[in-house]
Parts: sequence; C-alpha cells; structure tokens
Amino acid sequence: MWIAVGIGIVVLLVVILIYNGLIARKNLVAKVFGTIDALLKKRYDLIPQLVATVKAYMQHERSLLTEITEARAKAVSGRLSDDQQVELDNVVSKTLGSIMVAVENYPDLKANQNFMHLQRTMNEIEEQISAARRAYNAAVEAFNNAVEMFPTNILASMMGYKTKSFFEIAAEQRENVNADKLLKS
Amino acid sequence: MKTLEDLKNFYETALMPDLKVLEQQRRGVVRKVAWVIIATASIAGVAFFVAMQSLREAGPVVIFPIIAGLLIGAGVCYLLTRGYVADFKALVIERIVHFIDDNLSYEPKRCIDKSTFMLSKIFTTKPNRYKGDDLVSGKVGATQIQFSELHAEYEINSGKNRHRYTVFRGIFFIGDFNKDFTGQTIVLPDTAEKLFGRLGQKLQSLNIFRGNLIKLEDPEFESHFVVYGSDQIEARYVLSTSLMARITDFKKKTGKKIHLSFIGSMVFVAVSYTRSLFEPRLFKTLLDFEPVRQYFEDLQLAVGIVDDLNLNTRIWSKE
Repeated sequence: MWIAVGIGIVVLLVVILIYNGLIARKNLVAKVFGTIDALLKKRYDLIPQLVATVKAYMQHERSLLTEITEARAKAVSGRLSDDQQVELDNVVSKTLGSIMVAVENYPDLKANQNFMHLQRTMNEIEEQISAARRAYNAAVEAFNNAVEMFPTNILASMMGYKTKSFFEIAAEQRENVNADKLLKS
Repeated sequence: MKTLEDLKNFYETALMPDLKVLEQQRRGVVRKVAWVIIATASIAGVAFFVAMQSLREAGPVVIFPIIAGLLIGAGVCYLLTRGYVADFKALVIERIVHFIDDNLSYEPKRCIDKSTFMLSKIFTTKPNRYKGDDLVSGKVGATQIQFSELHAEYEINSGKNRHRYTVFRGIFFIGDFNKDFTGQTIVLPDTAEKLFGRLGQKLQSLNIFRGNLIKLEDPEFESHFVVYGSDQIEARYVLSTSLMARITDFKKKTGKKIHLSFIGSMVFVAVSYTRSLFEPRLFKTLLDFEPVRQYFEDLQLAVGIVDDLNLNTRIWSKE
C-alpha cells in the first residue's frame, strides 16, 4: 500500500516537473520572440533620423530612401500578419544594407559626426537582433527537443504543443551581413 | 605585430650590449651564491655530525640551530640575487614590453589586485594566499589593457594537515571590451560535457553558483567551453559567432587552459601556466636567444589578446 503511494507521489512529482519544464520552455521562446520584436521596433525608430541625415548628401539613391520610409510606415502602422511583418523586416534589412553600401560613394557623409553615430547605433542594433535571433533558435531547439523526445513528448502532445520553426536568415540578409563587413574594413 | 625576426634584430642590436653587462653581474652573483651554499652546507654538515653525537643527551632540540642556519643561508642567497633580479627585469623584461608596444608601461613588483581578480567571477574560491608581479598596463590601439602574472592559492588547515590548492596560476588579463553590456557572461573550460556528454550538460545546467547555462551554436566552441550568463540574449550579443571562433582559435593557438568573463563592459582572460613567468634563470647564461624568445612569446600572447579577440574593432556605440 505505502509502496504504491510512494510510487504515485514520485510519478506525480515527475509529471509536475515535466509540465513546468515545458511551460518554462514555451515561455522562454515567447520572451525571446518579444525581444526580437522590441529590437526591430528600435531599428524602425532610427530610420527617420537616418533618412534625414543621409538625404542631404545622397543624390542618386532617392528611390532607396523612399522605399525604406514607406516600409517603415507600413511596419509601424501595426496592421500586419506575422508573415507580412517578417517580409517587411527583410525588405528593411536589405534596403538598409544598400544604403550603407551607397554611403561609400559619399566621403563627406561618411565623415559626418551625426551619421557616424547613427551608423554605430545601427550596427549595435543589428548585432543585438542577430543575438536575439540566435537566442530564439536556441530556445526553439530546447522546446522542440522537449516536444519530440521521450518522455516529455507524452505530456507535450496532451498539452497540444507542436514543434516551432526556427528563425531562418533570408538570403538577402546574408548578403546584408556581407555589406556590413564591407563597411568594417 | 612584432615577428620573431624583428625580435632577433632587437636582441642582437639593442639588447645584447646590456645583456653582456648583466651577464657579468650574473656571474658575480652566482659565485657569491655558490660560496654561501658551500659554506652553509659545510657548516650544516659539521653541525649535523655534532648533533648526531649529542642527540641522545640533548634530544631533538639540537636540530633547530641547523634548520635556522639553513634558513639564514637561503635568506642570504635571496638578498644576493634580489638586486640582480631587479636589474634583469628593468633591462630585459621592461625593454621587451616596450619593444612589443611603446605605449605599455611595466611595473615589476605590482600585480592585478585581489578584488579585481574576484570581480571577474571566473573563480568562485576566494584565495587566502595571493601573490603576483610583472604588471603591464596601457593602451593598445583603442583598447585599455592590463595584465600580470598571478599565483592564487587556497590553504586549508595548518601544521601537518596543511593543504594548498592552486586557484589560479598564470597570466591574468583585463581589457576594455568593445561593446557595452550590463550583465555577466562567463566562459569556462568544459570538463563535464567532455567526460559525460549530454548528462554532463544536464549537470552543468544545474550549477546554481554560476547562473543560466548558455548553449551556443558553435559545436567546436561548445566542445572546448561551457558558458554561463545572466541573460541568454546578452550572452549571445557578447559572444558573437565571430568572437566564438576567435576564442576557439586562441585556445588552440596557446594550447593552455583558458577562462574568460565579460562583466561591466570589460573582458577578463585567465591563461593558466604551470611555470613561473618573466623570471631570470640564475644558473644559465643570459647570452642565449631562447629565453628571450620565451619572455617575448609569453608577453606577446597577453598583448595579442587585443588582436585575437578583435577588441580594437569599434563599430558599435561604445568608442
């Protein structure tokens, strides 16, 4: 009788531990996703400043500036689905990269204190976004492992948890990273 | 970055004349030390013989004067070599430091202090025996650095049960990191995971003294190191993919045990050694390139951390 009670308590404890572990992993994924969102917003906030600084110098790349201003306006309007949001982020990343490369043609702009400060801030946010995406992928990996591995998968399927997809870096963004490197050299 | 070829030129043209003078001094010191050793040994030998004769009547008390004599002999040897060691450090080590980078300053008797050592949070045991010397500090490019040799030990009990454990021995480096951050990220050599695989990783995640286990994407980096941090995202902000690769390369290049921590926008690096650094070899000639190369390489390794970890890249907000 006591043995059965003992086993029952142990089983219950294990179930509680697994349950809490799953919840913690799910929340971590959500938390990191929230951070990415916050960082992307921070990046959007910098765009008007960047456009204002760059506009006076850039003669031939007006279309890039219009494009990024429009993309930002769309993004901050807040009426977008997740997929649209991601797509827009990619457009912004790509356009930002192109602007940064175009800057190379304007030595005066490159030497502008205001621009230099903006560029540093942009670099920092890009690095933070990349860190947050890596953290997101790590959190998703831990979550997916729990959802698929035995014995946590039993409870996960009962809770209706499904594996989440990783943050994949779009091809344009990979190019964008290279553009950054170009500036660093 | 200075090469071995540069060092050879420097050794032959700039260092050699002073080394010759110092070599004369060394020989003089060795002669005196040899006399002291011979004298102490003979007196101790005679005293030992006499003591053995009178051991029955007087008891073990007669041994004490012998021990005292030996200690005095050792003390005299220390006093004799002290001046030479100081001259050696000023003439050889300090000049190699300036040869590597003229902006660096060298203080032979100072070291990184204990509070800074503990601030790094690399080692959780507070040492109760702490010494060090050969402090190098200054600016390399845009990066302020400081490093010294350290020997930190923890001693328990006293008398016969006394045990001493080495907390850290080697070069301890502090540098201004190129990104601003508020939390802590600690990178330690990985032992548990190497030995026990996934179970080891589980054990590491339970280490309550260290904070959250940060599992990073770089498998090679992960095979060498375990990372703890106060924030999952910030740890990845600090340990960018390129920095992880650089740390792995640094570890492979040095072949030493490496601990790192990133706290208060600073980077702390502890490189373990099992030998004394930057000390003269009294009983060997100074007119030999080999030890000079060794001093240079040990110093270069520490100064080179700036380049190895790319600390001079200042493209983020922090200038």
